[in-house]
Amino acid sequence: MSILVDADTKVICQGFTGKQGTFHSEQCLAYGTGLVGGVTPGRGGQTHLGLPVFDTVREARKATDATASMIYVPAPFAADAILEAAKAGIKIIACITEGIPVLEMLKVKTRLTDHYPQVRLIGPNCPGIITPGACKMGIMPGFVHQPGSIGIISRSGTLTYEAVAQTTRCGLGQSTSIGIGGDPIHGMNFIDCLELFQQDPQTEGVVIVGEIGGTDEEEAADYIKSSITKPVVAYIAGVTAPAGKRMGHAGAIIAGGKGTAQDKFAALEAAGVTLARNPTEIGDRILECLNNP
Amino acid sequence: MNIHEYQAKQLFADYGIPVPAGHAAWNAEEAKQHAVTLGGEAWMVKAQVHAGGRGKAGGVQRTQSLDEVMEISQRLIGTQLVTHQTGARGQPIHCVLIENTTTIKSELYLSLLVDRAAARVAMIASRAGGMEIEEVAAKTPEKIIRRTIDPVVGIQSYQCREIREMAFALGLDAVGRKQLISILFNLYRLFVDKDLSLVEINPLIITEQGDLLALDAKINIDDNALYRQKDLAGLYDSTQEDEKEHRARQFDLNYVALDGEIACMVNGAGLAMATMDVIKMQGGAPANFLDVGGGTTADRVTGAFKIILSDPKVKAILVNIFGGIVRCDLIAEGVIHAIKETATQLPVVVRLEGTNVEAGKALLKESGLSVMEADDLDEAAKKAVLAAKG
Repeated sequence: MSILVDADTKVICQGFTGKQGTFHSEQCLAYGTGLVGGVTPGRGGQTHLGLPVFDTVREARKATDATASMIYVPAPFAADAILEAAKAGIKIIACITEGIPVLEMLKVKTRLTDHYPQVRLIGPNCPGIITPGACKMGIMPGFVHQPGSIGIISRSGTLTYEAVAQTTRCGLGQSTSIGIGGDPIHGMNFIDCLELFQQDPQTEGVVIVGEIGGTDEEEAADYIKSSITKPVVAYIAGVTAPAGKRMGHAGAIIAGGKGTAQDKFAALEAAGVTLARNPTEIGDRILECLNNP
Repeated sequence: MNIHEYQAKQLFADYGIPVPAGHAAWNAEEAKQHAVTLGGEAWMVKAQVHAGGRGKAGGVQRTQSLDEVMEISQRLIGTQLVTHQTGARGQPIHCVLIENTTTIKSELYLSLLVDRAAARVAMIASRAGGMEIEEVAAKTPEKIIRRTIDPVVGIQSYQCREIREMAFALGLDAVGRKQLISILFNLYRLFVDKDLSLVEINPLIITEQGDLLALDAKINIDDNALYRQKDLAGLYDSTQEDEKEHRARQFDLNYVALDGEIACMVNGAGLAMATMDVIKMQGGAPANFLDVGGGTTADRVTGAFKIILSDPKVKAILVNIFGGIVRCDLIAEGVIHAIKETATQLPVVVRLEGTNVEAGKALLKESGLSVMEADDLDEAAKKAVLAAKG
């Protein structure tokens, strides 16, 4: 078991024949992902990486029965790509693209919430989702992962890999690892993922990796307190970040005194979450939690 | 991205939002000419910098003669304005906005911004204008009214009327009430057309005559949308940015200058923040935030090193790379090249992990450079802090 994606998931790639789409599709195929085709408007009927190319997601879905899509199309066209996938009946959408205008994402988010509540959008501006040994949908390096018992949810890319590598090194491995993205408006949040990990029998503990900006971590803390019985370890990046400056991610900014790492750590601690104040201790903390329940 | 008040007010004027008559001036003579053109007997001289708190810092002055307009403009232009938002160095004043003065009956607050939690544009209004809105929110939350706007249907009249209920209490007359609705609609149109992430009018005043007027204007533009807002992108003022941050922008690097002595170069924004945090934990202080991004090349690494090294406070450099898409051997090559090209004598600590890590470490060893290696972030930070004290 795992959450959202597994070895049977049929995946397509939007932006399939582009540079990013090609490179990462090759990597995903090599990892064993059930990639069944891709979409690039105007390239329908061609074959790419030994797989069929379609003009629209609708055709791709009809021909392949895919239920998941990873999106690598450039930022100006990415919001359109998400809505196209949702309309065509794709259920899991991982949008890797960085730099989508926030007003576009507001429309996408509203549309998905109102018309496609069953669709799970991961990202944008994220590394994607991976169920180790079964399905990699995204840009994460597959080899640092290992099938196992820890669910990982993160707003960052490389910092996710850090948490993954540590849980691999301490022998626990991951059930599924999800990068929910660094943009202020994104699809699945910590709570959506926590709910699924709580239900998943393979997952014995959860690591959440947050960062400054917004109140997602504070909301997650409330939810953990009321609804999560599995051990949770949290790390928040940006204790030393100055207020008012955007730290790389569009969503990583302390505004009006809100969104500090200190507030988030405090909220999570109050909810009974084990804190990893130092990111190199994530693996040790979750191991301690599982060994001393 | 931020723009100046005079530029924001031009946008307001274009969208039918009332602003005081005014012109920007780049020297004292020009300032006087504008004052003559505007007419009247008193003028405001407002320093144009990308920071709030200008009034308290002496950057906004009321003048009562043309000589005074010249004198104040002369005194402001070419200096740095230090406000509570700028840091100790302040921001350079290159131009001033000359405006007619107004008589204020009362002050309101109005803003539109992206509300992350609601995933909506939020409209915020308060009758406590002219104050820091965060302070109003903390002390007297009942004075703040907010409505969120569905991006698919846009702003609705009833929402504006609900906002106006507050305005009734202020004794707006029929004309003022109508003006408020029109301002709200136009502000939303501006927000959406121009991909703003914030527009703030503080204060929006009611004049002696009962008219509404935007006395100040603050606009932030969504950086992600600049590709389709070419006109606004052209308003980017590099002089208002830290010089190193400006150069980093040209290399497509995410860089934020900080006050510490340990420079860091990291791939990924989250990991870059984590690196800063661990440096602090180990008793040091980070000199910067720097995310070299996913598609890092040797050129970018060299560019990043040059920016880091242009900060005289830096005493050690910490490179922290978790290779995903980025290969550690490529980063190692870049670091070796950068050290040789910049001929830096500063201690460099490198922590590599992930794709091709062994090849990367081997390259560093073979280079003969005295690069210190570390296996994890904690160890890397310890070594860098120690080296900086060296």
